[in-house]
Amino acid sequence: MALLEVRDLQVEFDTPDGVVRAVRGVSFDVAKGTTLAIVGESGSGKSVATQTITGLTRGARISGSAVFDGAELIGADAATLRRVRGAEIGMIFQDPLSSLHPYYTVGWQIVEMIKAHDRSTSKGAARKRAAHLLSLVGIPRAEFRIDDYPHQFSGGMRQRVMIAMAMALDPALLIADEPTTALDVTVQAQVLGVMRTLQQEFGTAIILITHDLGVVAEMSDEVVVMYAGKVMERAPRRTLFYRHHHPYTEGLLASLPARGEPGERLTPIAGSPPSLLRLPKGCPFAPRCRYAFDKCLVEAPPLATVYQDDDHESACWLSAEESVREGQRVVSDEQEATA
Amino acid sequence: MLRFLIRRTALGAVVLWLISMLVFALFFVAPSDVARTLAGRQATPETVALIQHRLGLDLPIWRQYLGFVGRALRGDLGYDYYHQVPVTTIIATAAPVTLSLVVGAAIMWLSLGVFNGVMSAIRPRSSLDRGLTVFALFFYSMPSFLLGLLLLYFLYFQLTLAGITIFPPGGFAPLSDGVVPWAQHLILPWLTLALVSAAIYTRLTRGSMLDVLGEDYIRTARSKGIPERRVIVRHGLRSALTPVVTQFGIDVGALLGGAVVTETVFSLPGIGKASIDALTQQNQPVIIATVLLASTAVVIANIIVDVMYAVLDPRVRLH
Repeated sequence: MALLEVRDLQVEFDTPDGVVRAVRGVSFDVAKGTTLAIVGESGSGKSVATQTITGLTRGARISGSAVFDGAELIGADAATLRRVRGAEIGMIFQDPLSSLHPYYTVGWQIVEMIKAHDRSTSKGAARKRAAHLLSLVGIPRAEFRIDDYPHQFSGGMRQRVMIAMAMALDPALLIADEPTTALDVTVQAQVLGVMRTLQQEFGTAIILITHDLGVVAEMSDEVVVMYAGKVMERAPRRTLFYRHHHPYTEGLLASLPARGEPGERLTPIAGSPPSLLRLPKGCPFAPRCRYAFDKCLVEAPPLATVYQDDDHESACWLSAEESVREGQRVVSDEQEATA
Repeated sequence: MLRFLIRRTALGAVVLWLISMLVFALFFVAPSDVARTLAGRQATPETVALIQHRLGLDLPIWRQYLGFVGRALRGDLGYDYYHQVPVTTIIATAAPVTLSLVVGAAIMWLSLGVFNGVMSAIRPRSSLDRGLTVFALFFYSMPSFLLGLLLLYFLYFQLTLAGITIFPPGGFAPLSDGVVPWAQHLILPWLTLALVSAAIYTRLTRGSMLDVLGEDYIRTARSKGIPERRVIVRHGLRSALTPVVTQFGIDVGALLGGAVVTETVFSLPGIGKASIDALTQQNQPVIIATVLLASTAVVIANIIVDVMYAVLDPRVRLH
């Protein structure tokens, strides 16, 4: 059984402009000790989906199920969620400067986390543990820096502090919501390295939310691609990069600068994501899809197995036969080249 | 820190010096003839001149000012024109009254305002929030003299008519007479001052708290699994208090110079009452003293606010 099983998760917000359907029936599993990457553009619902699991989404209508280690989290009471948060599911967020409280020292913030779940720990012991955690994530002279405030750290160091805090109680699952997006490229690799080391050491499962396919390639075991609140494609990492089925995944990969020759123009996905207030009737990606045909505009495709691979699912009406799908791709590329 | 205090104190002294000159000058610009008033209706010009000489009013203005400054630096603020009482004595009698009034009211409005503001912010647009907003706007729109009179009418007049005497109609009982009579005399004035200000503090705290609760670090605090109450108070309120502290310092500083309306409605012999009396009588030494006292309070309050900033927010360094 997987550590976390999310089934048909739906999240809706009532706004003055209407109902925003941020997450529309998302399902995925996270196995112990593995990394699941959730990829998608801003507004694809990837952050909302994961924050809903730990009950951090406020003022929303939520349905579906998220079973963590045998316990249902959707609709769980505040006390249950509180016990799970921090202790069993650690979370780190995009911007480490705004995610740490500016008025408290980093040591205080880590100690608070430890004490919240283990009252028997003495302050001195919690402090020792905090210093140990800080050195574990690679903060030099941790025993001195423990009394510094977040603004006295650099961006990468701050994210290390966040990781140290999230890992303080050795959680079974770490949810990392765009952990490297706000960081310098040179620092990104270091922070990912810290996460990977800790994962190997403690056997932590990770949900890595990102829009950076480079990060996905480096970190993940399995990948879920989200678009307009739905899962478009789900596959192991290698499959996703080399044998993807969904046109949206194809577009994401084609827009990567790393794949082109120097001087070559980037290939963006034309158009922009649909408004979550007025979603199209059919496939949400159809208006931007170069393969779209009549059916796509009328009926939304379900997530179904493709390429005869049980681990590979795609929500697309295009043929689930790899040879047919590849043929379509070649034809489309030629048509675009002549146009 | 020390350098900051020295610099700000010096700056404050300059401000006070400028204000003293301004008040001194204004007094002579305004048409007034204290000596004639003092001398009475049938006084001969000689008598008036004599009084003028005695008060030093026949000297050129700059010599009068220098004399004032010289005496003031030695702690002598001159004498009341009418009663020949040292001005320092007048201030010393009035200050405890205003201090009692302002400190009591400040505690009331701060706790009421911050509590209501936090309650509103936790559940924005709830019926509690709307109720507190109406409560706040009601007292915010009410002039304090009206609120004072209403409180007097219902809680003193009607209660006393009904045979229940809790509140006196006004006046002041010093703390040395005991806490109970002191508080009895002050509860209605405290309410008058506090309810009007509490409204501002409710709105201020609500707004500031709503901003803070949307911050990423509040989400982090929740993700740590600490109790919601602790998230609100230790993480939210701690940050939200910064603008409240600023407003509080300025308000308390301004009121220490005399809560004129409240003191008048409740016949409290405080600084506000003393300044109004002095103004109507053109009693220059008292006017200067009360204005300088009010300015000093504001200057000191501002320094304290700046120090509080640094205490509250570790990112702020004083220099």
